Amino acid sequence: MVNMTPTTPAAHRPTPAQRPTDRRKTGQARRAVLPTTVLWTLATLVAFPLLWFLLSSFKTGGELFSYPLSFLPRTWSVDGYVRAWERVDFVRYFSNTFVVATVTTALTVFFCASAGYALAKYKAPWLSVLALCVLSMTMLPGEVILNPTFTVVRDLGMYNSLAGVILPSILTPTGVFMFRQFFITIPEELLDAARIDGARELQIYFSIMLPLARPIVLTLAIISFQWRWNDYIFPLIILSDPDKFTLQIALRSLIGAQNIDWSILLAASVISMVPLVALYLVFQRHIMSSDLGAGLKG
Amino acid sequence: MTASPRDVVAKGPGTLPASASQSRPAAPLSRGRRGAHRRYVITPLVLASGVIVLFGLFFFWPGLLGLTYSFTSYKGYGPLKFIGLDNYARLFKDSSFYAALSRTLIYAVFSVPLGYALSLIMALAITNPRAKGTTGARIVFFLPWLVSPIVTGVIWRWMFGENFGFVNFIIGELGGKSVPWATDGNLALLVVIFASAWSGAAFNMLLFIAALNNVPVSYYEAAQLDGANGLQCFRYITLPAIAPTSVLVILLLTLGQMKEFALIQALNNGGPGTKNQLIVQYIYKTGFAQANVGYASAASMVLLVILMIIALVQIAVSRRAGEAW
Repeated sequence: MVNMTPTTPAAHRPTPAQRPTDRRKTGQARRAVLPTTVLWTLATLVAFPLLWFLLSSFKTGGELFSYPLSFLPRTWSVDGYVRAWERVDFVRYFSNTFVVATVTTALTVFFCASAGYALAKYKAPWLSVLALCVLSMTMLPGEVILNPTFTVVRDLGMYNSLAGVILPSILTPTGVFMFRQFFITIPEELLDAARIDGARELQIYFSIMLPLARPIVLTLAIISFQWRWNDYIFPLIILSDPDKFTLQIALRSLIGAQNIDWSILLAASVISMVPLVALYLVFQRHIMSSDLGAGLKG
Repeated sequence: MTASPRDVVAKGPGTLPASASQSRPAAPLSRGRRGAHRRYVITPLVLASGVIVLFGLFFFWPGLLGLTYSFTSYKGYGPLKFIGLDNYARLFKDSSFYAALSRTLIYAVFSVPLGYALSLIMALAITNPRAKGTTGARIVFFLPWLVSPIVTGVIWRWMFGENFGFVNFIIGELGGKSVPWATDGNLALLVVIFASAWSGAAFNMLLFIAALNNVPVSYYEAAQLDGANGLQCFRYITLPAIAPTSVLVILLLTLGQMKEFALIQALNNGGPGTKNQLIVQYIYKTGFAQANVGYASAASMVLLVILMIIALVQIAVSRRAGEAW
């Protein structure tokens, strides 16, 4: 029995090196109790706020504030959802957000992959400078310099347009370094072989290297889509026309109201999460198996 | 993100000694190799051009512009009027700036350890080979990552509502008095701290899972033979082995918390009053609601310097700890 989890109190018990097989099974089951309990207690704690929120959204407006609170709705009602759908122009906000998230994600993946490849497979002093510049972006986040970014977007004529939200958020240092780390692991011999075969440099990149990086492409695409779907600060300063709002800004106007209509707010928040949750369930296995830290770790 | 350009050069030939011709610019180059080297100037430039343009337009240029603004009394229109260091001088006497900055630091000091501990505990619980149902737990643990900061704020506001929140209801049922989660400044910040730990844990948990899976099992086997207990194994094997990831997670968490904005906007909008106004909110209010662009830019620059100091200190610490960054 290899005991490789040093972290739970169960591991304190010395594990006998040899045990009769029949007793090993019951021992195994017994030793699984504590780690499993810890795990699922944690999971319950993490899930609880979400569950409470979700169940509350199915309560009637009156029940939301009537003591004693009950965990399950006494009468299940979709009234909040109906009112939220009438009040918030979800179709418009969903499509705005979807356009921003998909276009940004596609461009992010493309530009980050190309730059990451250049940083990994070519050597030049200016490339080192570029790597340092991109690295500095993690330490000096652009969200902090709000007014100047706003000026730049306005001067480019993109104020109050989705393009103005998309362009500033394409470049992410995480993406560049994820690809750089990946391409560093590709043997130099592969590159040399292709060169000897007479392949041109860009051809090598597009037809050999980029297809190899498919897992990283997918990982970054998932992360980037989530970031952009949930983005708040850039859309907030760049979009002024309610018709151009993204979902998060639209939700914000429900919270900003003097008297929050919780029934609508709960339902609208739940609706806003549906697409991401659906996407997550589709790609769940990939997200969990992929080493998201690949680019973050040196 | 973590490797400096010097590492790129150092790593290339180290791993691939046979094909170092492209990856060792420092080595004396023969004429032919120099020619080959020159051939690859255009390609990397083409490949990196998009990032170079984006970096210049949306990072370098705003940064420079912000620095310029910070020396002016710019209000968002008209010509720039330079006033020297006036903005900075005013800023260092501005009590609401100090309030926002110190509130942000307090927030980071409490939320970073909590976020770190929560994500590490989650990763440990999930990588424990004797725990059952890890696949299901993974899905649950990961759900908060999908929730936007705005909705996270709404969820926790709903949980901790003073008159109708679940937490106060339970406290009341247990015979306690209802806790002023929204009207007491410190308690309101505590709710924000909980919410941020909850929402950030999933991503950092993935980083820790990857690190924990990379710790050689043989270390634990050897420790076991020597009679080490679980706590000792954790202290002397696990923690040192995941140290680089720990530094990274703490760095990411600190930088993230220092620029917290959306979550607190939705949770309590910096309230009660302006007690929990964080630094980015302060910049946003000054720069947009009041249109004091010059003044807000000076505040941005101060924040950037603080962030840079935080990052450099942590990189130095990890270097000293013998980690290859």
